[in-house]
Amino acid sequence: MTTAEKYVAAAYLVVFLVVLAYVLIIAAKLQRLEREVAELSELARARKEKEPERKAVAVG
Amino acid sequence: MRIRYSLPALASAALVLLTTAIALIAYVAPEDADQGLSQKIFYFHVPIALTAYVMFGWGAWKALVHLWRRDPAADLESYVAIHQGVIFGALTLVTGSIWAKVSWGVWWAWSSNQLVLFLVLFLFYAAYFMLRFSIEPGPRRANSSAVYAIFGVALIPVSFLAIRLANDFIHPTVFTSRGPQMSGLMFFTFCFSWAALLTLAACLYQVELAGKRLDARLRELRELLA
Repeated sequence: MTTAEKYVAAAYLVVFLVVLAYVLIIAAKLQRLEREVAELSELARARKEKEPERKAVAVG
Repeated sequence: MRIRYSLPALASAALVLLTTAIALIAYVAPEDADQGLSQKIFYFHVPIALTAYVMFGWGAWKALVHLWRRDPAADLESYVAIHQGVIFGALTLVTGSIWAKVSWGVWWAWSSNQLVLFLVLFLFYAAYFMLRFSIEPGPRRANSSAVYAIFGVALIPVSFLAIRLANDFIHPTVFTSRGPQMSGLMFFTFCFSWAALLTLAACLYQVELAGKRLDARLRELRELLA
């Protein structure tokens, strides 16, 4: 591999690595959001269970 | 009118365009008679720099929309565009440094106006985040960030024209008043690479924006359920 080839490969590799790092950051964020959604749905379920059951009443 | 993009379609287009661009650069574009193989860095370095300018410009436009309509969504879009611009700006500096090393034998040349002005532009937008995160979230932060983003866009034509106004003998000028100084095939490869990188930037912008919007909605939901 010549010196020029090494530098050209390095330039393209840097771009690829930055995009890859970006994808990894987004993947980590997605995981955090997934966890938060699970926590919130758990919270909503707990609230629903706590609420007293409403009786059906005929209207009209 | 708000244009809705299909994110998977955008990501697929970016992947196909980037792969084709790399194939064009490697096998179709002729080798430069003067610089040889190292000139191939040009096909990514210059489009990345132009994409950074586009993202900074888009961020300034969204900042203007925010100041005009007081729309928090435009503030978020401006922030994400500037974030993308800074990422592409950093890539411009790194790929440019590698090209400088192989062509000039140095990683950086302070005597080149083009390089220094691009660094100033990059640092200006990097400071945007310091300003934004030093103010509490709310209208004051959004307004200050918007004004800063609009001021920064003035540096783009300065950075672009400086090399043409001052005789910069180190950094090459490819696009002159007589048109692009390269063969048709080289120019086609350059345009194709730029289209590929713009699609990639649009895709990353949409992904980041979707994440930030989802984050904001979850925060709102958490407050409602608390």
